[in-house]
Formats: sequence, C-alpha cells, structure tokens
Amino acid sequence: MKEISTVFLKQVKDTLGNKTVLIQFILFPVMAVIMQNAVNIPDMPDNFFVKLFSVMYIGMAPLTAMSAVISEEKEKNTLRALKMSGVSGIQYLIGTGTYVFIMCMAGTAVFAASGGFTGTELIRYFLIMSAGTIVSLILGGAVGISSANQMSAASVSVPVTMVLSFLPMLSNFNEKIKAAADYFYPQQISLLINGADADMKCIAVTMAEALIILGFFMISYRKRGLE
Amino acid sequence: MIKTVSAINIEKAFGGKRVLCGVNIEAEMGKITGLLGPSGAGKTTLIKIFTGQLEADSGICRIKGKDIGALKKEDKRRFGIMADELGVYDRLSCYENLRIFARLYGLSKEDIQNALKNVGLENDGKTRADKLSKGMRCRLRLARALMIHPEILFLDEPTSGLDPTAAEKIHRLILDECARGTAVLLTTHNMAEAQKLCSSVSLLCDGRIVESGAPDDICRRHNSSRILRIHLSDGRDIELSQNEGAAESVAELIRTGKADSIHTSEPDLDAVFKELTGKELAI
Repeated sequence: MKEISTVFLKQVKDTLGNKTVLIQFILFPVMAVIMQNAVNIPDMPDNFFVKLFSVMYIGMAPLTAMSAVISEEKEKNTLRALKMSGVSGIQYLIGTGTYVFIMCMAGTAVFAASGGFTGTELIRYFLIMSAGTIVSLILGGAVGISSANQMSAASVSVPVTMVLSFLPMLSNFNEKIKAAADYFYPQQISLLINGADADMKCIAVTMAEALIILGFFMISYRKRGLE
Repeated sequence: MIKTVSAINIEKAFGGKRVLCGVNIEAEMGKITGLLGPSGAGKTTLIKIFTGQLEADSGICRIKGKDIGALKKEDKRRFGIMADELGVYDRLSCYENLRIFARLYGLSKEDIQNALKNVGLENDGKTRADKLSKGMRCRLRLARALMIHPEILFLDEPTSGLDPTAAEKIHRLILDECARGTAVLLTTHNMAEAQKLCSSVSLLCDGRIVESGAPDDICRRHNSSRILRIHLSDGRDIELSQNEGAAESVAELIRTGKADSIHTSEPDLDAVFKELTGKELAI
C-alpha cells in the first residue's frame, strides 16, 4: 500500500510540471464549459457540447496520459529506480492508474457541473464515464508497456486516440462510419451518455471490448513487463 | 569467512553472445572493490546480476552468504545502487526526488536533509533536477543510494563524463562511505580512479576476468622491464636495470648525494590491461 501511495503522490507532483499530460485532463472539460455557454444554436440537443466532449475525453485523456507517463518513466529510467526500491510492476500500474482515473473523474465533475446533471442522471453519467475511462486507461497502459520510449508511445497513441475520440462525432455524418463506429466502445459510451435505449447492447459491446483490451494489456505485460 | 558479495563462475549470454564467461569476484565490508574494463566488457551486466535486475545463466552469486535468488525484499533494501540507468525525476526538486524514495524506505525528512547535506546539495533542495549540472545530478543519485545507509553499495561508472573537480567530490563521498564500513563494488574504465579508490580490482575484458588483486600488486606482478629511473642532481635522468650491479650503482649515487629521486618502473593498470588483452582500457 505504501508503494502504491508513493507512486500516486509522485505522479501528482510530477504532473503539475508536465504540461503534456496536464493538458489532456484540462483541455476537453474547459472546451465543454466554454462551448456550452458560448454557443447557442436553435434545435441543438440538450448539453450537446458536454456530451460530445465527454466522449472525446474518454477516447483521449486516460489513454494518452497513461501511455505518456509509463513510456516517459521507461525512457528516463526512473521506473527502474522505483523497481530497485521495491515497487513492483503491478503496484506501479495501480498507483499510476489510480492517479489518471482520479484526474479524469475530476474532469468528469467539470463536465457534469457544466451540463447541470443531478440525481440519477448524475450517477448514471459518472458510471458511464468511469467505465469508459477504465477501458481507455487499460489500453493506455498496454500502449505504454509495449513502447520503449515516449516517441514510440506517441506514434501509437496519437492515431488510436484520434480514431477513438472522433469516431462517435464523425458517425453522425456518415452511415458507413456509423456502422464501423458501432464496434468501438467510445461510440457505445456516446450512445449511453445520450440516453440511447439499446443499453444492454452498448454495455455488452463495451464489456467485450474491455476484455479484448485487457487481454492485450496482459499479453503486453507478460511479454515485456515494465522493462 | 563469508564474503559480503561474491560471484562464482558467473556466465551470461544475450542472444547467443557471451557477455560474462566464468567470472569470479568478491567484495568485503569496508573495502572498495573495482571492476575495471572498457565499454562492453560486461561490467554493468555483472552489477545487474548482483542487484537482481538480471539472472545469470549459470554460476553462484551471493550477498552475505545468501543466493541472490533467495534474497527477500528487505535484504535488497540494504543495497545502495548508483547507476546512470537509474534516472531522476527532472521536473521534481532534489528534495522531492529523495522524498519519493525516503517514503518507500520509511525514512524521515531529517534523513533527506542529511543525505542532501552529505553530498553538498543542502542549498539545492528546492532546485529542479533538470536545472542541475551533470556533477550535481550525479551527487543527487549518490545521495539517493546513500540515504538508506546501505551495507553494500553498487556503483556503476559513478564519475563517467564528469570533470575532475566533480569526480573528486564523488571520490571523497565514496571513500567516506567505505570508511563507514560499507562494502563498495565499483565499475569503471578509469584506471586512475580504480588505482586511487580500490583496495582490489578485477580487470574484465570480453566477459572474462584477466587479472585481479590489489592495484599495486598487479602493477608489480607485470613489471617485466625491471628498470630503475634515477633523476640526478645535475638534471639528467638515467635508467638502470634492476640487478646486483645496479644496487651498487644506486648505493653509490645515494652516498655521493648525486641522486635526487629514484623510481621503479611498474606499469600502470592501463598498461597491464593492454599487455594482457591488447586493448585500450579507456574506450
């Protein structure tokens, strides 16, 4: 427990000076607040920008932050220093993952406040965002583990996040993209956030994808560990 | 007597390439043992095996009589390790860098302040690590290794790339730590450093120990020329072969006050290494 809390506290301090990671947590919530209050188009759905940016947030922030943090620690050999001081790979991943999750939930709170969610709607929103964040976080962990340095992590995480973040939005404009997007969890998260009826289908697709990503994560971890 | 650190017949290969071949080495408490060799000789690999970062293909590696594989987490916490490949957090201050590891080892804030003071960084506690000079970063890494008051200190090229003044500071810290009774295992390709710090050295080349012993003993053993160099009071230098005749000549020069200084001509470790391997040490 001491090891996990140390990694967590280290991450809190380190990220305050890491603009690349910090901006991931702040960008979309701030954009949502600004757009939600500044843009008013007739017949625009309720909380359009909050919901749009929430899904983009899930596709981008946890994945990029997690992969960037892990790959930087590998590149600069600070992870090795932690491991030599008795921190296991799992403890490191839990400490870092907890930090990224809490930061994402703080962003989620900003979205929720901007959207004026209350009661069951608020709980439902947080549950959906939590689920999406965890899936992205595991995917980010797998990318970080598989990459030797920040450059190679970014070369994987940037295209992946672009696809995951923008697919739900683009699916509004093209039926073929929509058909393809249905196979990706951000689209299902988007449907859930927008109150779609097909809840069970959304949950099933998201869970199935979470299991596939978890499998990828475990294979990466077994193959490379945190070396 | 149980040696603090011992490696017996260690073998290690990477992808078919043998990096360590039958390496034997020992280190004792209160002594500095040097592993001397050029880049790629296998020094870092051996340190990694000792610190549990790598597993040897065969051979026995023991710390205080216990096999490396049988060491518990608590045992490993008595190691201090300083290596280039153990980085520091650039965005955190010196104090915060040490604070992370102090938390892991259950050390107090006072321990951190003492560690900074010991390496001369007490006024740089709030300085970000990326603002430190190379020598100061080196001292920060050493502070991290020494903060836990290790019983065994592994130093992998501790002064590599440092200027002589910064290297001298590191040397003093290592000698102080050794005087405290810590067993120090140091790798270097710097012959002068090994000669100055180490009570015994092993010369490593292509994964094999080619010579070992006290630095002066090694140099004496390889003194094949056996020549005396005499600086005379009139400014001239003469060389005499070390035989019975030379003894009389030297005695005469001393008696008549003509000899200013007399030197034997043992090779240094660099020359011994070259003689044994045909390779330069400092590459």
